[in-house]
Amino acid sequence: MSDPMDFLLLTKGPLFNLAVTVFALGMAARILEILVNGRRPNYSEARGGQWLPGLRTVLTRSVADPGTFKRAPFNVVVGWLWHLGFIVTLLFFIPHIALIKSLLGLSWPGLPNPVVDLVTAVTLVALVATLVHRRTHRVKRRISTPEDYLVWTLVFLLVLSGYLAYNRIINPYPLALGLHILCAEVFLIVLPFTKLTHIFTVFIARWYNGASFGRRGVES
Amino acid sequence: MRVFEKNPLEKGLAERLREHGVSRRGFLKFCAATASMMALPPAMIPAIAAALERARRPSVIWLSFQECTGCTESLTRSHAPTVEDLILDLISLDYHHTLQAAAGEAAEAAREQAMRDNHGQYLLIVDGSLPGPDANPGYSTIAGVSNYSMLMEAVEGAAAVIAVGTCAAFGGLPAAAPNPTGAVSVMDLVKDKPVVNVSGCPPVPMVITGVLAHFLTFGRLPELDEYHRPLAFFGQSIHDRCYRRPFYDKGLFAETFDDAGARAGWCLYRLGCKGPSTYNACATMRWNAGTSWPIEAGHPCLGCAEPRFWDAGGFYVPLSVPTGPASDYLLAAGAVGAVAGAVVATKARGRAKEEAAVRQPVTVEELEQKL
Repeated sequence: MSDPMDFLLLTKGPLFNLAVTVFALGMAARILEILVNGRRPNYSEARGGQWLPGLRTVLTRSVADPGTFKRAPFNVVVGWLWHLGFIVTLLFFIPHIALIKSLLGLSWPGLPNPVVDLVTAVTLVALVATLVHRRTHRVKRRISTPEDYLVWTLVFLLVLSGYLAYNRIINPYPLALGLHILCAEVFLIVLPFTKLTHIFTVFIARWYNGASFGRRGVES
Repeated sequence: MRVFEKNPLEKGLAERLREHGVSRRGFLKFCAATASMMALPPAMIPAIAAALERARRPSVIWLSFQECTGCTESLTRSHAPTVEDLILDLISLDYHHTLQAAAGEAAEAAREQAMRDNHGQYLLIVDGSLPGPDANPGYSTIAGVSNYSMLMEAVEGAAAVIAVGTCAAFGGLPAAAPNPTGAVSVMDLVKDKPVVNVSGCPPVPMVITGVLAHFLTFGRLPELDEYHRPLAFFGQSIHDRCYRRPFYDKGLFAETFDDAGARAGWCLYRLGCKGPSTYNACATMRWNAGTSWPIEAGHPCLGCAEPRFWDAGGFYVPLSVPTGPASDYLLAAGAVGAVAGAVVATKARGRAKEEAAVRQPVTVEELEQKL
């Protein structure tokens, strides 16, 4: 029997286990590989410490320098907007917190649903804007790869399906929720093997950058 | 002059209601309530009244298979006497294990006679699931006849089949994993007759009377959803009609049973409420003559009107939480991944060290000489 409830139970059960397994396996392997490999040995004499500049860069690189903002204000503003929206929706929607608690045992207060709903709507609009910009900007269009479009599609579908499910625009609800969970599972499976990995590696990369500057005595 | 009393079977419903002391006003109120709960326009009320007045008692055969009698309890223990109860009195309930006085062969004879006399016209109500055609029929028999044989024989002459309760509608508890009796639903077996599913464990009493009223009024079954449930009652989710819904929207949730939040009417989502994925009329019709309903009593919705609700994860686990041991998979796969990543990286480092060991340093002078 294949009906919406069966579909929901499939996504909440075996498919979720599969997605979590692939995600954890891939992501742990990649992060451990990065950490254990470390950097190429540097035989030069250190002119400064590494830790503080590294940590400082993790923070300072989050804000674009004035030059970058002047050259590409759209990238900075819209990029910030949808990244923040995605994080708020992911981490502060009560059902998501319940899910994370069941997986990791960690829990924190959530935001009221209308707030998350509004943030999700803004995120969706911002995501559409990024796609339009990518397609209309001459340079961006040239440097965009199929992987970029794949990643955009996965993120967009994930947010869109959640919005549709919360607002009960697709009926019956088990189908809507099942579709959203399925999108999240595809996202999790693909995450360790595409540029989505940056969710976990972005701060490691920034730290290495800052540490490298610090060692060379350059301002990070 | 002799007054001939009408045959009870030939009397109209309104006439019989008057005999039971129900006023014309009370009858019209029932018609209005029926129109309202079936989402029909008020203009239909006179039509419903006229149709019900003319309606003759349909013969109803009620088959109980693998069930707990909760569905019958629900219907009969609705407060008495109501017009709905009288409606039930006024159908000709020709066979019902629990309610009929006859027993043994006399009971079975009543069923067979009703089937013969009303062939093609009677309503067949089923509660409980039954072992499917491939299962051992011995798991559930009545008078030595397997549930499957009895159902198929009764379905042949039925005008329509109403599956009452989640067991009859979707398999329910008997069909829960690992389904030892090979239980199936009525819908799985009956393909050539209209089937209405009135799901719920047990179903709301007004829903079954509403379906009967619709059948009496229009001579056909109501509009159904994809699970063959009457849309008028199953068209909206519990969540959509829940009086605690504003607290869900505000992000105010009860954390434990009967805490201050739960008493203040806060949402029960975190206590495992399945209201968002459950379609039923509890929130609007309530139970015990409109006294209350589970969520009002502080208990989360179990989702009992939906297929496979016994297998849909813990009753007290939030809807967004996976049903399997996902955190175990996460931990195990993470550990394996970490080891694999470390091994690969360590090997790479080892190779780099080997390369470094056989490195042949070259000075600038040596290079210049070579060039």
